[in-house]
Amino acid sequence: MSATSGRLDTLPARPAPRRAAAGALRRFCRHPLSLLGGGLLLLMVLACIFGPMLLPFDDLRIDILHRFAPPFSGAHVLGTDQLGRDMLARLLMAGRISLAVGFAAMALSMVFGILVGLAAGFYGGVAGAVLMRFVDAVLCFPSIFLLLALSAFIEPDVFSIILLIASTAWMEVARIVEAQIRALRARDFAVAAEALGATDARIMLRELLPNAVAPIVVSATLNVAHAILAESYISYLGYGIQPPTPSWGNMLDNAQSYLTSAPWLALLPGGAIALAVICCNFLGDGLRDALDPRARAR
Amino acid sequence: MGAYLLRRLLQALGLLLLVSVIGFTILHLAPGGPLSQFAAGGTMTQADLDRIAHQLGLDRPLPVQYLDWLWRMLLGDWGRSYRDQQPVLAVIGSHLGATLELMLTSTLIAMLLGSWIGVLGAIRRYSLFDTLATVGAMVALSIPTFWFGLVVIYIFSVELEWLPSGNRYTVGDGSLLNQLHHLIAPSLVLALVSTALWSRYMRASMLDVINQDFIRTARSKGLPERRILFHHTIRNALLPMITVAGLQLPTLLSGALVTETVFTWPGMGRLFLDSIGYRDYPVVMGLLMFTAVLVLLGSLLADLLYGVADPRLRLE
Repeated sequence: MSATSGRLDTLPARPAPRRAAAGALRRFCRHPLSLLGGGLLLLMVLACIFGPMLLPFDDLRIDILHRFAPPFSGAHVLGTDQLGRDMLARLLMAGRISLAVGFAAMALSMVFGILVGLAAGFYGGVAGAVLMRFVDAVLCFPSIFLLLALSAFIEPDVFSIILLIASTAWMEVARIVEAQIRALRARDFAVAAEALGATDARIMLRELLPNAVAPIVVSATLNVAHAILAESYISYLGYGIQPPTPSWGNMLDNAQSYLTSAPWLALLPGGAIALAVICCNFLGDGLRDALDPRARAR
Repeated sequence: MGAYLLRRLLQALGLLLLVSVIGFTILHLAPGGPLSQFAAGGTMTQADLDRIAHQLGLDRPLPVQYLDWLWRMLLGDWGRSYRDQQPVLAVIGSHLGATLELMLTSTLIAMLLGSWIGVLGAIRRYSLFDTLATVGAMVALSIPTFWFGLVVIYIFSVELEWLPSGNRYTVGDGSLLNQLHHLIAPSLVLALVSTALWSRYMRASMLDVINQDFIRTARSKGLPERRILFHHTIRNALLPMITVAGLQLPTLLSGALVTETVFTWPGMGRLFLDSIGYRDYPVVMGLLMFTAVLVLLGSLLADLLYGVADPRLRLE
């Protein structure tokens, strides 16, 4: 069992984890789509970071003479919008925001979800039950309804949107971690650590959590996808990132009114969202197969 | 069965109480609050605002307000909309039909289409169709619903001019045909995510059943494949789908809100969005509670139906 092999320090040259890692890598590489997803995602991140520096156009420069230039027709590779701003520059700058929101909201919701899941799974009892019932109750609200209701709290800016999305995304993680920890806690190595007098914090963080890492990594990847989608939904509905700061979601906000005359205004940012989310989902799928072969969805 | 039902009902009620506390706290702790829309006009003095707050009972401590609201809600008085003083239940009721129509149609589409894709993918596992369906479902789950709606409008309303781009019916034309015509695009858009999920679960469920002994028995008895598929495999594979249907309700409601916005569909989602915009808290609160009740009822009903459909799971 890989769960126990890393714990016995007397064993010579612990071979099992490395073999497990190699196996995971091999299984991951068997999925051409998840490799492609990971590669494309990396490419998108790099393009959004460095792309705007290489472009001759600024994403906020208004050029009213060249508004509604269609893609592939002139100096502007992907055309211009209703104010004559370069679409490619805007897409890349918006990508910075949307991807940053996606990853930051993921990180935040993972930390919170893991903490709640750890506490509920480890201590159990009344406190654990109350925590998990709270999770159940929050999950009763459809996610967009909850996001919009919470949006009344905030002045929308990048940071508060990250908080908002994270605060609606931690429940699933908490559930996964709680179930894992509860199961792992009864295993021999955890009981042994407890018998050796290890502190609660040490058992949780050094013994239990590393063994639950596989489902956590998978759900983190899927969480990025969820967060990017959530940002686009609330920005599209007008409660997210506010213009002139571009995000993929708010670029779509008023594109609907130009659907007849300038469809690329709607098609391009939506395509960017779809691509990023698809990449995350494929990556998550590959990671699930690679890290957690037992839980594989056939 | 009776004891089990009672326990589940009590659990659901407890959860609902917790849901109402969370919802109430979220809305009433939000800065601005219901008074901000009166203050926004700029013509009212602080004394006026205080009087309104007193009239609406907003100057009492929060727990008192909550208990008062809870008690009235249990008696069927969900408060009145700040916007037009209509009772909240009546406002929700007048928008419920449009949403149910949309949700039921797309659920039907998702069930039929998703089951078909899932069954075919399972019996021809790893075939070209199965691979395409797997990738397709992943893509469908990744596309933002509103964007898919915009694409559908662009293709079918703007370019081809086959379908109307929004609303429930043409004003002045209330015929059934006209309503169905308006229903096609939004229900297809809403069905996308459910179809993808449904096909994945159906495929997994089929694969679970296909490898079981009684299927092998049926085959060795010499039953025709078609009979095995329809009378043995699919019938059993559909059982867990009852749970799936119940669990998809929150996703479906979220999708409905977005779809309704894109297609200017006069349903609960649009109502929720408008009420948030107007800070119409009684309606927002009512809708939050209403959707939570729907979600809980959905999962409860799914569990009970599962017991009815599958006698092996009946006790407990």
